[in-house]
Amino acid sequence: MSLINSTATEALDLLAKGQITSVALTSAYLQRIADTDDQIGAFLRVDADAALARAAQIDQRRQAKQPLGKLAGLPVAVKDVLCDSQTQTTCGSQMLASYRPPYDATVVARLKSADAVLLGRTNMDEFAMGGSTENSAFQLTRNPWDLNRTPGGSSGGAAACVAAGMTPLSIGSDTGGSIRQPAGLCGVVGLKPTYGRVSRYGLVAFASSLDQVGPLAANTTDAALLLEAIAGHDTQDATSLDAPVPRFSAEIDRPLTGLRIGVVREHFTTGLDGEIEHAVRRALDVYQSQGATIKEISLPHSKYAVATYYVIAPSEASSNLARYDGVHYGHRTDRAELLDELATEQKELESAGDREALKNIDNGLVRMYRRSRAEGFGPEVKRRIMLGAYALSAGYYDAYYLKGLKVRRLIRQDFDAAFQQVDLIAGPVTAQAAFKLGEMAGDPLAMYLVDLYTVSANLAGLPGISLPCGFTQSGLPIGLQLQAPPLAEDTLLRGARMYEQATEWHKKKVPI
Amino acid sequence: MSTPYTTIIGLEVHVQLATQSKLFCGCPAQFGAEPNTQTCPVCMGLPGSLPVMNRAAYELSLKTAVALHCEIPTFTKWDRKQYFYPDLPKGYQISQFDLPMSANGYMKISDDKGRFEPKKVGITRAHLEEDAGKSIHDEVTGKADSEIDLNRTGTPLLEIVSEPDMRSSAEARAYLQELKLLLTYIGVSDCNMQEGSLRVDANVNLHLETPVGHVATPIVEIKNMNSFRAVQQALDYEAKRQYRVWQETGQKLGDSPKQTRGWDDATGKTMAQRSKEESSDYRYFPDPDLVPVRTTAERVEEVRAALGELPADLRTRLTATHGLSAYDADVLVNQGPDIVKYFLLAAETSGDYKGACNWVTQDILRSVKEQDVAIDQFAVSALQLAALITAINDGQLPKPRAKEVFELMLVDRMDVAAAINTLGIEQVDESALVTLCQDLLRANPKIVADVQNGKHQAIGPLVGQAKKKNPNADPGRVREICLELVARGE
Repeated sequence: MSLINSTATEALDLLAKGQITSVALTSAYLQRIADTDDQIGAFLRVDADAALARAAQIDQRRQAKQPLGKLAGLPVAVKDVLCDSQTQTTCGSQMLASYRPPYDATVVARLKSADAVLLGRTNMDEFAMGGSTENSAFQLTRNPWDLNRTPGGSSGGAAACVAAGMTPLSIGSDTGGSIRQPAGLCGVVGLKPTYGRVSRYGLVAFASSLDQVGPLAANTTDAALLLEAIAGHDTQDATSLDAPVPRFSAEIDRPLTGLRIGVVREHFTTGLDGEIEHAVRRALDVYQSQGATIKEISLPHSKYAVATYYVIAPSEASSNLARYDGVHYGHRTDRAELLDELATEQKELESAGDREALKNIDNGLVRMYRRSRAEGFGPEVKRRIMLGAYALSAGYYDAYYLKGLKVRRLIRQDFDAAFQQVDLIAGPVTAQAAFKLGEMAGDPLAMYLVDLYTVSANLAGLPGISLPCGFTQSGLPIGLQLQAPPLAEDTLLRGARMYEQATEWHKKKVPI
Repeated sequence: MSTPYTTIIGLEVHVQLATQSKLFCGCPAQFGAEPNTQTCPVCMGLPGSLPVMNRAAYELSLKTAVALHCEIPTFTKWDRKQYFYPDLPKGYQISQFDLPMSANGYMKISDDKGRFEPKKVGITRAHLEEDAGKSIHDEVTGKADSEIDLNRTGTPLLEIVSEPDMRSSAEARAYLQELKLLLTYIGVSDCNMQEGSLRVDANVNLHLETPVGHVATPIVEIKNMNSFRAVQQALDYEAKRQYRVWQETGQKLGDSPKQTRGWDDATGKTMAQRSKEESSDYRYFPDPDLVPVRTTAERVEEVRAALGELPADLRTRLTATHGLSAYDADVLVNQGPDIVKYFLLAAETSGDYKGACNWVTQDILRSVKEQDVAIDQFAVSALQLAALITAINDGQLPKPRAKEVFELMLVDRMDVAAAINTLGIEQVDESALVTLCQDLLRANPKIVADVQNGKHQAIGPLVGQAKKKNPNADPGRVREICLELVARGE
């Protein structure tokens, strides 16, 4: 049996017992990357030498009986949105194509101090905006179950590399579903923690009030292990929660007794694919057979969730992305071209005698801003910056942003009320299985609706998990989403593990 | 006022708070370091960095707001003010928009020369925000390159906005002086205008009574004033300019957008700057990276209780309780907290406030100024001054010789006893003094005759002679004894 067929938890045990080395384990995964990633495109960069050096160092320390971190020797892939002083952080954007941060994100620092072996950086939609990873400025990522289809997004690389067995553990970020949706479409486990559970320090911001970093893995126990290593209060993030972090992985096998599962009436309406509905209903049957009670609940404001999300997220994004202006770092337009352009314009206006336009012509600085941002950002990022700038403008703020905040509060109240009656909410992750690459290219609105079932958890700040619950007839994975009250990741993981223990979906391997 | 208009003035003052570190990161906030050496990912606005509020900055702003009699809401939040500029690395400034940390306060101003009646100037609001960096435009080399220094980026600023309650440049200046005094008393800022830790913008327009009714001229914001004197000059200039423009054009408030003008010290004029029209939409929204700040009423009361004596209270105490004149109290208090601390120690120790006031406002201030030293480095300590005053009041030291003693204390750093000793000052026995006067009168019959003829000032030379014979002789007493002896015909 190849080393890459063991789970992270099993591998950790083998490492601890000295039955395998981190170098051997890391080499096996690097080999798998070398064999398959030119078909998948999950990784933007793999630094094999650095990973092997790190693995060797950890092996030596283990031999010397030195104390080791809780992920000692385990390979982890990191989405290219978390700062790491040892590599670039591109966010899938031309804007940051050669940007190398001078500091480590808290999550990266925690992975390093847990003695994880960082394999490389995974592909993503530009600045985490998108649901197919097609908005990456650098490359396509393909779904390992069907190379013509999307892995989902924005953490498409993070999910695909786990599905294809290129890494046991992977870090993603989730602003409206960006961990859970690709996990669902790729048939792996992905968890978005409670807002504030994991530090955002060093996570390049998309929408600050919605962004969370979380784990992706082949199974719930491995996801729990990774979450434990990255979660916890951080004084460098004012929105980080000062709450103790339970040992999720130690508790995960303990089934929940008297589990009450809520099923949201509004989730099972038109648009939900029949095969997916069927798989989710079968999952509920599994829970029922384990003694759980299933209760129909209502989240009356959930129908406004996508609209609310697409006001709040772009508003914050328009502000967060203002710093990419070509002045201090990142892409800056070519100076000579800029000056040529301005001179030509000036000449044309002069010969046309257009004094008004001449008076309003950009100065060099303003034109530098315009050109740098026009060249550095892709179309989806530009679209969201414009949406957000509009929603925050004087005269529109009350009607859009402020109203968005109010609806957001109502959505949270719906959940608070629901969690009075149930422990977990179960439902689909997406309405459809993985769609074909390019299928939604011309229809941004259809792409936004892909987030239908996932955005509410971000708006309400709740933890959510996606785990495999079946396959379509054409062999595409189907995801089950569970949601829990704030800081109830332990319930979420134990609930997910109960289902996993009773099923085999998570064990199915990709065809390549 | 003889002008045909009333000048309406409101001031916006930016004060840099005297914190060790910046508002949202741990970088030092001190002035004068090499460019870009006091920076980190947070104040450079690097991708992924996050702000965390510096509690000390909030506490200093709370102290200031309480001293300005502001209402302190229980809840305040942070907002992003968005605009593009190279010295603003995040593309937004973290500030406070609709829920500032304080509002509706006031400060009293008065003028010891009586140029205006004492009044309360309303404080609209005071809010906390981060400073931007500094753009350095290198025009000398002709390359038109600009350089950015981010050391200042993120230092805490308190913006104090007044109501348009001032009616003359003298009132505006008095407001600024009183504000600066207050801020230095409570130790929240060094208020150094040269280093930019106190910056002033003025909003000014005119109100006129015309045959067609009450008219207001367009409001102008004046920037770039680097001293209180410049503020006063700029306001005077601007009032005259606006009146002239109104006479020429008849333009009223609302006819044109708010204009920004820059003060030019060299020419003594305000010059039009870019109109504010195009940059007016800052797209303010609550900063999602920061959490709101809550302040309880109890906390506000604690801060109020810990404030100590503010300048206005101190003036009242010195006049009402210790019998100083309003003028003296004003002169003393306006010297700032360090001199006042010195004065109070000398006054309390000697028990003679008037005496201490005279010494401090005259000899001490002059010497401090001549020597250009800080009062806590001054040769004569407050306790030594108190000893000097006590020696005089106890009669150990004749008043006329006190200055000689002070000189020795100042120059040779002697204490009072040593100085008195060195100068050989001792009490002169009254009978010895009478004998001395009798001898002198006997030796100067011409003077005696003049005095008898009513020329009392003729006694002067005798006083001088007495001093030569015995330096400790009190000239006043010598004069009195001589006149008495002549009157008795002895």
